[in-house]
Amino acid sequence: APAMNCRAEVLEVSVEGRQVEEAMLAVLHTVLLHRSTGKFHYKKEGTYSIGTVGTQDVDCDFIDFAYIRVSSEELDRALRKAVGEFKDALRSSGSDGMGQISLEFYQKKKSRWPFSDECIPWELWTIKVNVVNLANEQERQICREKVGEKLCEKIINIVEVMNRHEYLPKMPTQSEVDNVFDTSLKDVQPYLYKISYQITDSLGTSVTTTMRRLIKDTLAL
Amino acid sequence: AMDTDLSSQDRKDLDKFIKFFALKTVQVIVQARLGEKICTRSSSSPTGSDWFNLAIKDIPEVTHEAKKALAGQLPAVGRSMCVEISLKTSEGDSMELEIWCLEMNEKCDKEIKVSYTVYNRLSLLLKSLLAITRVTPAYRLSRKQGHEYVILYRIYFGEVQLSGLGEGFQTVRVGTVGTPVGTITLSCAYRINLAFMSTRQFERTPPIMGIIIDHFVDRPYPSSSPMHPCNYRAGEDNGAAYPSVEDSQEVCTTSFSTSPPSQCVFTVTKAHFQTPPPVVTDTLKVPVMGLAFSHQLSSSRLSYQPAALGVGSADMGYPVLFAGGLNAAHPHQLIGPGKEGGVPPIPSQPAHGTQADQERMCTPLDGVHYSAATPSSSEDTETVSNSSEGKCGSPHDLLETIFIRKVGAFVNKPINQVTMANLDIPFAMFAPKNVELEDNDPMVNPPDSPETESPLQGSLHSEGSSGSSTGNTHDDFVMIDFKPAFSKDDILPMDLGTFYREFQNPPQLSSLSIEIGAQSMAEDLDSLPEKLAVHEKNVKEFDAFVETLQ
Repeated sequence: APAMNCRAEVLEVSVEGRQVEEAMLAVLHTVLLHRSTGKFHYKKEGTYSIGTVGTQDVDCDFIDFAYIRVSSEELDRALRKAVGEFKDALRSSGSDGMGQISLEFYQKKKSRWPFSDECIPWELWTIKVNVVNLANEQERQICREKVGEKLCEKIINIVEVMNRHEYLPKMPTQSEVDNVFDTSLKDVQPYLYKISYQITDSLGTSVTTTMRRLIKDTLAL
Repeated sequence: AMDTDLSSQDRKDLDKFIKFFALKTVQVIVQARLGEKICTRSSSSPTGSDWFNLAIKDIPEVTHEAKKALAGQLPAVGRSMCVEISLKTSEGDSMELEIWCLEMNEKCDKEIKVSYTVYNRLSLLLKSLLAITRVTPAYRLSRKQGHEYVILYRIYFGEVQLSGLGEGFQTVRVGTVGTPVGTITLSCAYRINLAFMSTRQFERTPPIMGIIIDHFVDRPYPSSSPMHPCNYRAGEDNGAAYPSVEDSQEVCTTSFSTSPPSQCVFTVTKAHFQTPPPVVTDTLKVPVMGLAFSHQLSSSRLSYQPAALGVGSADMGYPVLFAGGLNAAHPHQLIGPGKEGGVPPIPSQPAHGTQADQERMCTPLDGVHYSAATPSSSEDTETVSNSSEGKCGSPHDLLETIFIRKVGAFVNKPINQVTMANLDIPFAMFAPKNVELEDNDPMVNPPDSPETESPLQGSLHSEGSSGSSTGNTHDDFVMIDFKPAFSKDDILPMDLGTFYREFQNPPQLSSLSIEIGAQSMAEDLDSLPEKLAVHEKNVKEFDAFVETLQ
């Protein structure tokens, strides 16, 4: 469960099955664009320099929509993997197509042995997804446009939240950097994050099918 | 208290941050309206020149324009930096789409650390700007530019002017950053009239052939055109020469060439943005004739709703003459601007059959895709428009046919005038079918006819016809007489006009008659199963062929 001071945002979208991946990627990438920096290079005396974050435009195939993401193939792959699993779980759940995917940013707090490190979330984004089935091509076309418009609204919502300049972890010293940032990627440095999802069965209860960790956490001893 | 005042180093840093933030803001906005996908690389090693740790390229002309507008000043209270994004059609009508405002208000945050927090927040704000520029309506419009319209930008400094956005414009806030000298805010006000316009109608259209201007018309303007490419990828060396710009209106991008759009990016320095025409790009800045033809090409690719323009089968006014596409439902009638583009070539036979009473011909232009096929083609439904399928014939099949329009409105004009009718409602292409345009919208009342020096000028607007039912005014064409443009006696042994008159109204092709047409269609349908069987048999061959194409 999120900690007391973890900020939580919830977004909801209704999409066609084939739009799930692109819609999720658009939202996740937009959040991560704001939550990634260039790679830190620590120098003497505790100063550091920051690498450069590139960006690139992405056009959706099934939605009349385009978004911008961080130029990092590793990050894109990681998100695609998570979203792909979410989509598969949605499909195979056989339910009426409801679920949610969560992106949580956390900090690690090292504990002394024998206690394992704590993960303290500081921001949680939840995207609730409702999958709709459409009857004909005309409906699909309208859906393309409508979902595109909805995603535009979501991007604006995300930016609003980002602009509040609320709590962000302090910039870490070199020894602490892995407790705040994911330093495993070679070109960018997102805050530590994890993605998980839940599929809602037809009774409306949340059934946690799998929890996935997408970055290498330190394993509990 | 003294210790809360900004140190001079901090002040210098802050000013520098704000200055470069303003410049990067302009770059992001303009680049997002170029009509192409942007991609920059991440680099783990800091290069030292990437402001705010973001890879945002600098288009030299854009920086130049921004610096000019700022004139050494920084955004301050009451002095905002604005980037105006507008749309200009090939007819010369323009419309403001968005105003991006970088403003400063008085709310100061004395505690904030300049070199660290302000800098990082400015970086975050730029990321937000990158995201927001992709979700306002103008983004999708700008991705489809180059055909019927281009997107322009203008930077100004001072008071924000939002009146050009029409009623009911919406505002989106990109973000704010507090600083010790004030709070920086970045927002966008955007027109919503177009928000529901489907941009799908532009998807099928091939690009405007801007090259045409070079081929068929003597430029009345000096050849040193003010247009220059600002494609920064082509090389930074053209960054040195910036033409002086009276009015800082410039084309963000346009691609007037035979290649697909978004290959080239042009900047045009242009004054007179408000008065129609002289229009922005060199391509468009030609005498009416040229404009007419570039319009001709462009509107040939617009898929007007016939109903919206009141165009019926016999009522096709100007848009139809470009008709390239045959409406499937009415195989013998030229429907509005062809879907596939192209102008019916009428080398030896003018429009005939059902169009006999409307003698329109079009002058295809060098470099344009027109098939040179004659109506003697055996395809029954392809009457005069073999180009209806969008097949591109040799661009060198120059067919000297002339567009004329016989309407009473033109009776008073000089004889040697070839006239073109323009859209009566500017931006009609943008109007959803059922939406009424505002009465006070300047688009409803077409601008005055342009003044040009060319003797070939004509009215670009048919008088007295509105966008809706134009049918009746075009029913009776009365040809007075005309001297066809571009005809030279030494090329053809006979005057083209004479030729035309002689071969006007030839007998109708038998294949055009309904019975035979229907009969052959029935035959076609019957033979379909057979044809399909044959194709299925040969599917391996087709696949192999497709492989070779990839």
